Amino acid sequence: MEILVCIKQVPGTTQVEVDEKTGVLKRDGVASKLNPYDLYAIETALQLKAVYGATINVLSMGPPQAEAVIREAFMMGADKGALLSDRKFAGADVLATAFTLAQGIKKVCSPDIIICGKMTTDGDTAQVGPEIAEFLGIPHVANVCKIRGAKKESITLEMDMPHSVEVAEVLFPCLITVEKGIYQPRLPSFKRKLSTKDFEVPYYGLIDLDDQDEMKYGLNGSPTQVKRIFPPESNTTQEYWDGNPEDITEKLFNKLKDLKFV
Amino acid sequence: MAHIKIHQKEFDNIDELIEVCPFNAIEYINTSIAINAGCKMCSICVKKHPEIFEFIDEQVQQIDKSEWTGVAVYIDHVEGHIHPVSFELIGKAKEMAAKINHPVYAVFMGDNITATARDILKFGVDEVFVYDKPALKDFRIEPYTAAFEDFINTKKPSIVLVGGTTIGRSLAPRIAARFRTGLTADCTILDVQENTDLDQIRPAFGGNIMAHIHTPNHRPQFATVRYKIFDAPSAVDSPEGSITHCTLHEDLLTSRINVLEIHEKETSESIEDADVILVAGSAFKKEEDLQLLFKLAELLDGKVASTRPLIEKGWMDPRLQIGLSGRTVRPKLIMTFGVSGAIQFVAGMNSSDHIVAINSDPNSAIFKVAHNAIIGDIYDILPSLIEVIEDRGAKAIKEVIQCQ
Repeated sequence: MEILVCIKQVPGTTQVEVDEKTGVLKRDGVASKLNPYDLYAIETALQLKAVYGATINVLSMGPPQAEAVIREAFMMGADKGALLSDRKFAGADVLATAFTLAQGIKKVCSPDIIICGKMTTDGDTAQVGPEIAEFLGIPHVANVCKIRGAKKESITLEMDMPHSVEVAEVLFPCLITVEKGIYQPRLPSFKRKLSTKDFEVPYYGLIDLDDQDEMKYGLNGSPTQVKRIFPPESNTTQEYWDGNPEDITEKLFNKLKDLKFV
Repeated sequence: MAHIKIHQKEFDNIDELIEVCPFNAIEYINTSIAINAGCKMCSICVKKHPEIFEFIDEQVQQIDKSEWTGVAVYIDHVEGHIHPVSFELIGKAKEMAAKINHPVYAVFMGDNITATARDILKFGVDEVFVYDKPALKDFRIEPYTAAFEDFINTKKPSIVLVGGTTIGRSLAPRIAARFRTGLTADCTILDVQENTDLDQIRPAFGGNIMAHIHTPNHRPQFATVRYKIFDAPSAVDSPEGSITHCTLHEDLLTSRINVLEIHEKETSESIEDADVILVAGSAFKKEEDLQLLFKLAELLDGKVASTRPLIEKGWMDPRLQIGLSGRTVRPKLIMTFGVSGAIQFVAGMNSSDHIVAINSDPNSAIFKVAHNAIIGDIYDILPSLIEVIEDRGAKAIKEVIQCQ
């Protein structure tokens, strides 16, 4: 089985601030890490490999520093990795990101199954996986909460719906996005760190991809544009209450009564 | 795409020319001047040496926005049971469509759903497009995308709203990618400009920042919105809209996904539907103490929810977690007990109608979003509040019932 896992390097924290005057993100000195949801995607691949045998490829898009997350995937047990890195990929929204990754996947291997985390912690959109599947013309299943088993040409899985669980068999090639908690992700191993330190991580740019149309990548290929960013408003009509608990309780009771809750 | 054109000329001091660029992007190779990948398009070179460098700003061809009319809503359902987010989106669609004088469409696909389509008209939709096929019984991505694509090709809507549900979050990106257009996830504010451009505002970085996003040169404009962000319109008795039955070629209804079985999940008390939610935070010292909160929830006819730390301790069910990695709730009343108010939590509840926060730390982040910020110890306030409500609240309720 050939598996490809899409991963992303994200800021180590979401505690970022906006400079109100310039509208620019203050992101100085914020450490980066592997998107936590991707750990579940990597673990799912490792579990499939353990049962059915597989080659696990990881693919990411980002600046050269993003090689670190590919190395981390190696430490967990991934076999191969590549990084899509080019100035022309910068400023990509969901569509351009998914298109670039789809092009990169074609470059790297012909996977039976592509596994993505549910979403990233910096974008929070959960859209890139399904869009990759569309660009590759393959079926996708989102919200996969359990793998039941795989055959030579298909995988059977459980999809988490709000009030039910759907069991579906999907033919290869396909893309799945996995819920957190599908498996407990293993920790990166120091032994693997040593044994994978010579693994090469090829960098691919626009020139290496099939579709060379610059208008489909980065800022040019992004239909959505950010007009501005601003800090969220906090509630304006506020009352602060402190003092002795009896008085507070009385005030609170009257408030609840006014609002017709008691 | 903008670029810099080079007019090759004799130049005496080539080193001086190379120095002009702060990013070292100007090169001199085989007696000709070149610009490499380091170029940031700052156009300093254009200003200093206009005789050599020319800034070419090719205008991207603008689309004709008048060809796209209508605000469409995807009717999210499982086996004909419509998710209420769909009605909330109809409310928003009507509001925006009125501004730009566009019709409101609903697109509804499934098996044996025609009778239900009439209910959608009651919310004031101009036209419901129904794809009623056995192959659309279960949500499978290829036939659902095909039906959606057919609708968009037929009606060319300017704006398409999709609920941020399990199905919507899987379907919307697929169809947006098919039309190579923009999709903005989890919008919390939507508005429309006169030129039909959609203003989309959504939280980013875990709700720490709001981003205003637009899709200036692509149609349709897709947005997903979570449940309980907008208000559903009230139903009318004599709806005026119409129902259109759509056909789809059988070849488009095939799928590489085979749904084997669907089984019900154990019924969990969903906090998303509750009008009153009481949230347990880290201030609870022992698991038993949570009983106080359950007692108060009973009195207020509410549900108990939790922040992440208590779930990690194993005191609460993970399905009761509010926040970015849990549920988003928008109850009429939310009361937090000893919750500090981490951004990840606040993003999941800050659109609640009324927020009461109790915390002993006056600098708690939760107070920023609270209507009533109560500085105090939950171990003082919780028992006395229960006592007061038992004493006087129940009586008050009885009086109301007697009056009726």
